[in-house]
Amino acid sequence: MSVWSKIKRAPSPPHSPPSRGLLLLVMLIFLEGTVLTLGAASSPDISAQDNTGGHDHRGIAGSHDHTNYTYTKKAFPVLSLDYHHIQVPFEISLWVLLASLMKLGFHLIPRLSSIVPESCLLIVVGLLVGGLIKLAGEEVPPVLDSNLFFLCLLPPIILDAGYFLPIRPFMENIGTILMFAVVGTLWNAFFVGGLLYAVCQIEGTYLSQVELLPCLLFGSIISAVDPVAVLAVFEEIHINELLHILVFGESLLNDAVTVVLYHLFEEYSGAGEVTPMDVVLGVICFLIVSLGGIAVGAIYGILAAFTSRFTSHTRVIEPLFMFVYSYMAYLSAEMFHLSGIMALIACGAVMRPYVEANISHKSHTTVKYFLKMWSSVSETLIFIFLGVATVAGPHAWNWTFVSVTVILCLVSRVIGVVGLTFIINKFRIVKLTTKDQFIVAYGGLRGAIAFSLGYLLDKDLFPMRTMFLTAIITEIFFTVFVQGMTIKPLVDLLAVKKKQEAKRSINEEIHTQFLDHLLTGIEDICGHYGHHHWKDKLNRFNKKYIKKCLIAGERYKEPQLIAFYHKMEFKQAIELVESGGGVKLPSAVPSQVSMQNIQPKKLPPPVAERALPQFTKGREEEIRKILRSNLQKTRQRLRSYNRHTLVADPFEDGWNDFLLKKQRLIELEKKMSNYLTVPGAIPDSPTMCRARLASDPNAFYNIKASSDGVPTIQVDLASPQSPDSVNMLNEFSKEGQGLGQREGGADRDEDQGLMMKPAGKGEKGEEEGGNKNPGLMRCLSDPGPSNEDEEDEPFLP
Amino acid sequence: MGASQSAGTEHEFQDLADRTGFSLEQIGNINKRFRQLSNNEETLSREDLASIPALDNNPIRAQIINAFFDKRNLHQNETGTVQEIGFEEFLMVMTHFRPAAMGLTEEERENLRREKLRFLFNMHDTDSDGTINLEEYRRVVEELLSKAGTIGQETAKAIADAAMLEVASTTRGKMEPDEFYEGITFENFLQILNTFDIETRMHVRFLHMDTATLRCGKSK
Repeated sequence: MSVWSKIKRAPSPPHSPPSRGLLLLVMLIFLEGTVLTLGAASSPDISAQDNTGGHDHRGIAGSHDHTNYTYTKKAFPVLSLDYHHIQVPFEISLWVLLASLMKLGFHLIPRLSSIVPESCLLIVVGLLVGGLIKLAGEEVPPVLDSNLFFLCLLPPIILDAGYFLPIRPFMENIGTILMFAVVGTLWNAFFVGGLLYAVCQIEGTYLSQVELLPCLLFGSIISAVDPVAVLAVFEEIHINELLHILVFGESLLNDAVTVVLYHLFEEYSGAGEVTPMDVVLGVICFLIVSLGGIAVGAIYGILAAFTSRFTSHTRVIEPLFMFVYSYMAYLSAEMFHLSGIMALIACGAVMRPYVEANISHKSHTTVKYFLKMWSSVSETLIFIFLGVATVAGPHAWNWTFVSVTVILCLVSRVIGVVGLTFIINKFRIVKLTTKDQFIVAYGGLRGAIAFSLGYLLDKDLFPMRTMFLTAIITEIFFTVFVQGMTIKPLVDLLAVKKKQEAKRSINEEIHTQFLDHLLTGIEDICGHYGHHHWKDKLNRFNKKYIKKCLIAGERYKEPQLIAFYHKMEFKQAIELVESGGGVKLPSAVPSQVSMQNIQPKKLPPPVAERALPQFTKGREEEIRKILRSNLQKTRQRLRSYNRHTLVADPFEDGWNDFLLKKQRLIELEKKMSNYLTVPGAIPDSPTMCRARLASDPNAFYNIKASSDGVPTIQVDLASPQSPDSVNMLNEFSKEGQGLGQREGGADRDEDQGLMMKPAGKGEKGEEEGGNKNPGLMRCLSDPGPSNEDEEDEPFLP
Repeated sequence: MGASQSAGTEHEFQDLADRTGFSLEQIGNINKRFRQLSNNEETLSREDLASIPALDNNPIRAQIINAFFDKRNLHQNETGTVQEIGFEEFLMVMTHFRPAAMGLTEEERENLRREKLRFLFNMHDTDSDGTINLEEYRRVVEELLSKAGTIGQETAKAIADAAMLEVASTTRGKMEPDEFYEGITFENFLQILNTFDIETRMHVRFLHMDTATLRCGKSK
């Protein structure tokens, strides 16, 4: 609640009832609606509520029962109005709702969102809302208050960016990014500030009272590339990863520079001069701010990772830990005037690999969606507020100042980028071409951070604050509207390489790893301690010490390749389930080539598991048909006992049935192919089991099915079935009997297996038949994070 | 390594520099390293390379060492391995790791890609028959996961199979159940690693090699 109270205090003018006329009107309409429905329902409830409402002495508007209730038994207050009770949260919710509805609206108008980037539209909406409020004669609320912005609106966006930052390209280009962020921003600040001062000194502009230091301060505020604006625009243009990471990384890392410059100039504007000593202190301050911010973030990140190690029993609050730790990292950094943005990025990046290894699949999805949701809403709100703040004013327009600012910003950006690239290209393997430079220069958008920093300036120390604000807003508008709108056509015109949509394939992953090791080896042979060597050393250190502490259970031993492979299996499984609609038959997994095509025809002398390939293709087909038809039968039989198919609508039923059947087929096919390669003895390490279970598409179908409300879960063919399946198939190969018998056998086993399921689902340890594989038992009794017991139970009879 | 020796070899170095594209300084550095590894002899053997302690942690150590002695990498059209290599051959293997120069034409870039990918292909194709079959690929993945204990071994097969499946489906499309996919040919290899910008990734900086660091990585 402290956040809310802070916000409540921040917009300073007290909103006395008469001046909130417009919003009151809207609110009254809502209230009417809700009250009418409530009144129709149950009057005792209403009167009870309103009684307590009446006891509240804060509300004046509309409550007419104060004087009466103690002594006169007049009209019992059935309905009263108390706006102030809920004012602040209500207004906040109203704004958020407005923002979300706007976002919704834009996507319903398809052509508009492809021509104009969303950020522009949102600013226009903000302008409209501000205009409406002004027209209504009310005072426009100063919504883009700096506290609100820096403490509530900015963190979700940065955390989202930091958590999903692609580490590998970021690290590979870190030198370039740092050059642009630090040197580029410094250059911009001084160039713009200095030249502005020079212009101000020219006679006839009436600006001679603007001194050097305020100019430099202005320069430092306006020179920083803004991550919010960059994200908003670049997300829609889909350029290649390198450029994206360059501009985006720059916008994130220049925060430290901006913070230091801002504080430096702000402090010394009063004094009027900056000594060399101050400059040295400034440099030291910069190092402290940036490295300190990263350190704070890393510490919180490690804490979060460590905490997540123990959350296996309380899965529901896992996402909360991550959010809270990150937010605290930001606040702690801000407390010391360190760079909060860098702290957030560091926290997100550090915590991610460990937390992802520990938390359940669902928590991971939750985190992802919450982050995206919050950052999306924040971004929308920021742009709308920018529009409102523009209308709110106050403005002090000065043609010279504003136009010179805009021109200088562009010029300095271009010169900066070209100059720096010239130097950087000497050290880069992949050089930056002219096209790349153009995009980097053109993508340097300014945004709300500049505005908020300007807003924070003290009115007394800086009499020209309003002029600064006007210039900042103009610059923001220029970059967002002009540059934002034209960058997409320019990208197409210049044929800049776009983002490759290709999925990461397992071959690429294998070769990435292979190449890493190869290059490290070559470097060792050359005796040259290059960056592969250090990267390898870091990885080994990580694996040996850090992962052991921070990752729960046995998972820390899992090499990256295996983790990747399992992730891919997950994804494939989920895709299969979700795509549903294709009429692809089992043999089309993943595409029209199946395991039998790549198995060598000649095999070494048969070992137990190798018995299978001796089947002819025809027989395999027959077996499949048998299994398929049996499943169908059992499926239908099963459905008759579950009592949860209340809302079974015939189309949905058929669809689920089809999905399930398809799922079974595919999964059986996979199992068939698995048995060609996987040894009969199932490994008993919990990791493997967990991985198996996790990667088994059925496990996911469990989760999906429960969301449909139809408990088709019972048939957990996955692991319980496997020893049976192996047996069954072995049976075939050993006996090699006629089709009829096989069919009977299959039928019997399948049915047995399936029918026993419903009874035994709760106790996962039970096996049907005598086949108890101890390893399997152990792994089934410890299903691991992706198989959540608590969700399966309620659905079972 | 007296001055006389370096004077005599300068001429050779220039010759090598022209042929391989390394600069004289780089060749000089590589030569120093070669001398150090081979204990000042003329040729390098497998044991010399195997004795580098830093390589112990590398899972694909054996393959890397073999690559140096593989005739196919020595710009010869023969197959098989040699027991020892001279400095020139050492340099030949190193040329595969040169970074791509700026301003290459499309064709040159393509040739560079092929060359580097050929090196990788040769490392996988241990029986030199021109294709990587399932066994060889499995071995590759097993080696990669060799430091990962038993977990690695179990999934290695599954991973290799999945990878092979992917290659087959990408390159051959639909296959009848009776058809058999023999293995990854070099053309297929090129195709699947199409999006892998190998010309920029597969390089080692030969820029800053000085004798101080050269002594690291070898104990003796």
